[in-house]
Parts: sequence; C-alpha cells; structure tokens
Amino acid sequence: MDSPVKYPTPKGNPETTKFWEATVEGKLLIKRCTACGEAHYFPRSLCPFCFSDRTVWEQSSGEGEIYSFSLMRKSASGPYAIGYVTLKEGPSLLTNFVDCDMEKLKIGQKVKVVFKTTDGAPLPFFTPV
Amino acid sequence: MGPSLRGDDEIVRSGGYPLACRNISSLAKAVPTGQKTPERANKKSPAENELSIKGKAYIAGIFEHPTRHAPDKSTAQLHAEVAKGALEDAGLAKSDIDGYFCAGDAPGGVMAMADYLGLKVRHFDSTDTGGCSYIVHLGHAAEAIAAGKCSIALITLAGKPRTGPMPPRPSGAEADFEAAYGATTHNVYGMCAMRHMHEFGTTSEQLAWIKVAASHHAQHNPHAMLPEVVTVEDVLNSPMIADPLHRMDCCVVTDGGGALIVTTEAVARSLNKPKVRMIGHGEALKGPRGSKDLDLTYSAGVWSGPKAFEEAGVTPKDIKYASIYDSFTITVLMQLEDLGFCKKGEGGKFVADGNLISGVGKLPFNTDGGGLCSNHPVNRGGMTKIIEAVRQLRGEAHPKVQVKNCDLAIAHGTGGLLGIRHAASTCILERV
Repeated sequence: MDSPVKYPTPKGNPETTKFWEATVEGKLLIKRCTACGEAHYFPRSLCPFCFSDRTVWEQSSGEGEIYSFSLMRKSASGPYAIGYVTLKEGPSLLTNFVDCDMEKLKIGQKVKVVFKTTDGAPLPFFTPV
Repeated sequence: MGPSLRGDDEIVRSGGYPLACRNISSLAKAVPTGQKTPERANKKSPAENELSIKGKAYIAGIFEHPTRHAPDKSTAQLHAEVAKGALEDAGLAKSDIDGYFCAGDAPGGVMAMADYLGLKVRHFDSTDTGGCSYIVHLGHAAEAIAAGKCSIALITLAGKPRTGPMPPRPSGAEADFEAAYGATTHNVYGMCAMRHMHEFGTTSEQLAWIKVAASHHAQHNPHAMLPEVVTVEDVLNSPMIADPLHRMDCCVVTDGGGALIVTTEAVARSLNKPKVRMIGHGEALKGPRGSKDLDLTYSAGVWSGPKAFEEAGVTPKDIKYASIYDSFTITVLMQLEDLGFCKKGEGGKFVADGNLISGVGKLPFNTDGGGLCSNHPVNRGGMTKIIEAVRQLRGEAHPKVQVKNCDLAIAHGTGGLLGIRHAASTCILERV
C-alpha cells in the first residue's frame, strides 16, 4: 500500500539480500540457527546466541503481539506510533503501527505484518488484526 | 616557555600559571595507600586487589560551563574553556596533563581535539557511549592512573545543540531494520515507560515526582535553565510528547559543557582541594541482541551498578547523595531500581512524595537541578552528574541542597537509547 510518508530505502548488503528479496514478495523472513534452534532478528550470518554459522532463513507468520509502543505526537511527517512486536516465532522487532487508530493501541494487542513501499525493497510494518 | 618535561626528577613547567605541582612524575609514582575512612575500614571488597581502581584515582578538578546558550562560541572553544576551568579549579596547568579523554561531541575526535587544545599526552581514550561517555571515561581514567599510563587526565564535554543541528547518531548493521521507524530519545524512552507501567503499575504521577524533585533543587541554581518549582499537576498538564511522557518528563536541551581532572593520590594530596576519590566503577552494554526475551524494564545498570558497589565495598544503603542521569523521568526511576536503591517495579513508590528532594527525602538526587531542569549539554548528561556529585562530596553544593556529612556518592548514567541499545556506567565516589 502506498503511504504519504517517504520511508528510507534499505541499502542491503550481501548478508541481508535474501531478506529484501523476500519483502518484494510480501514475505517477512527471520533467521533460525540449526545448531541451537533459536530464531533471531535482525538477520545475522552467525547466530548471535551460539555463534554457529548454521543459520537458515525462515518465513515468519508475520503475526505477533505488541510488546510496547509510544505514540509520537508530533513530527515532520505527522504523528506516528513506534513499538516492538514479539513475533509468534519468538524474536521481537522494532516497527511502526500503521493503518489504525493509534490512540487505541494496547500492549498485548494482536498485530500482523504489512509492507510499505520505498524507492527500493518494501519495509515491514504492523497493523492490528 | 619551555615544553613540559616528564623525566623522573624534572619539574613540570606550567607556562602562564602558578607552579601548582612540582615533580609530577615522581609524585605519580608514589603508591596510593588506599586509606579507608574509619567507618568502612573493616569492610573488605573481593575486588580490592592490586588490579582494582579502588582509591587510586582522585577527581581534583571540576568545571561546568555556566552557559546554556552559546551562539557566539565554537564547539572546540567550549571544550577549551571547560578544560581551562577544570585546570584552574584543580590548581594545575595544561602542561601537567598527560592523559586526555573525549567522546563523539569533540570536533574531529581525539586527535583533532588534543591538537586544538595543544595537549601532549601519553594516554587517550575516545570511547563514545552517548551521554554516559564521561562516566565511562572517569572509570577508564582511573584504570589508566592505577596502571601508571597517565597521572593527570583531562576529560571534556562540550557542544551546542541549541544553536545548530547535531550530527546524526551513528548506525550499525541494524540500520536497514530500524532507521525507517523514527526512533527518537522521546519515543524510545516512552516505550520503556509504557512497558514499566504495564508490568508494575507505575503511574505518570509517580514519574512526575522526579521532575518535581529536580525543580526544587533547580530553584537554588542561578545557572539552571528552568529554575521554577513545578508540581505533579504541572507535569501532568504539560503537553504529551511521546506517550506516556509529557514535556516536563523530558530534560532540557542546552549548549555548554563540562570537564574533569582526574589524578593520582599523590598529586591530589599536593593540591589545595577537598579530596574526592573513586572507589568503584562498573560499565555494561545492553541491546536487543537478536531480540530473544526482549525486556525494556531494566537497563545495563543492573550489571554496571553491582560491579561498582562490589569494588567499592559499599551498598546502596550507604550512599548519601545520588547523581542519576535524568534524560527523562523514567530514566531515573529505572536506574534507581537497577542500582538497587529499591526493588524492581517499586521505583514509582520510591520516588513519590518528595523522596528525592534534598532535606526532605531519603535519597537526595541531582541537587543542581539535573538535566530535567538545569543543564543537559550536548544532549549528554553524564558529565554534569559527576560534577554535582563532586560538589556534594566537597561540601560545595548550594547550601540549600547540600547534603550533611556527604562522604559517599554515586554518579551513574546510561547513554544511547535506553529502549534499543545503550551503555551504562556507575562510579562510586568517596570524600577522603
């Protein structure tokens, strides 16, 4: 969905190319370590927990719940709601809550991923279910 | 005027200044005795060994720039002015300095800054962990002094966020995954406050008490940017900036700076100032680290604090005065819990009803008015935390806020973004 806000274009790098290729297809990827079994975000080649290089891409359900948030009342691009979502798969990620009544956001609320366009790969955002 | 000489028996020249301290290098070799004050003489710290900084470094000079708005000065000039102020406070000369510490606010970094100031040093450190950098530097300066790497260290902070734009915060591998979401100090600390309220029932009224206490102290500080006493209602009625933080939950933005001189026991004893020394230091980093088990209700202070207390051989109950970095009210509340002044989740009750007001409550904090009311130079509050702690220990705080028999203080801060990735540094300071 187009947004009136101009979001920065992800620069990408060899370590994260697959992540950005997936957002073009509307998929949110996380990394999971096959050595220790833990999932993490943002993606690294080496597991940040056990430091194994046996990390693999995994498609997230894109579903999770709000861990915390704050409504920024004023900014150059208008009010926005920043927060952390804890994905069903475990990792949490920093995001904005969009396409919703920001005044009604609550910790614990169920949300799902939506993608917003940039001049390059789309970026993941979340909206209440 | 000749150069500073640093041979074993040579006199350190102090061009333009009275010769404050002779035979600096031989003094620096004197082994600190680490004498204890009688009431703590029988407490042994497990960290008290030859590798500990305990009792080995003294804060001999402090200076807080009186300005809060400096459109007519350069940033480098402010660094020089605070350095000069701290040297004059200590009674030392620029040529005495053999160690220099600065952070990201120093234009061009440590090489450019040392050159501008005309320093010739044998030890330097430009660790940048945001607002707590200077509390980190104090710890690192103590380590360097304990190891004989330098004997008179200068630490400076200065800048002008009110006058011009600040350089962007440097980003790392996370940039593509975070930059678009507009994290600012306000909303990131807001997220911490929101979660703290959710888990522990902390209220906006309780947070407001932190600002109220700071304002009670600021009224006595002629340099404070916001000297008016405010009430809990004033805070709650101020505009919401980033839920749940109101404008009065936020610190001020000021031009200015500050500096410290840190030295050996032998040099400190040769100077005409009350003796204030470091007896414990801890530092730590915290970030999402792969975002497993994200928990915004505690900071890296849970690690830096206990390390510092262990090294010092004291507990939070022993502390007479606390300088706690107050970028926002929630910063103070979380740090008080993390440092062990109260249990996790009970910070709201602890700060309420004036408990942080000097002469009223049990734990006088930020008696200069802190970042919330007095000064927050360069959006980096660590330096002024140390300076007010030293004033308290020297008995040089404003008489209306001076803590009686203040012989043990803490200076603690976080830097970076509390709710994303940040550092914490804790220093325990003692009047000898």
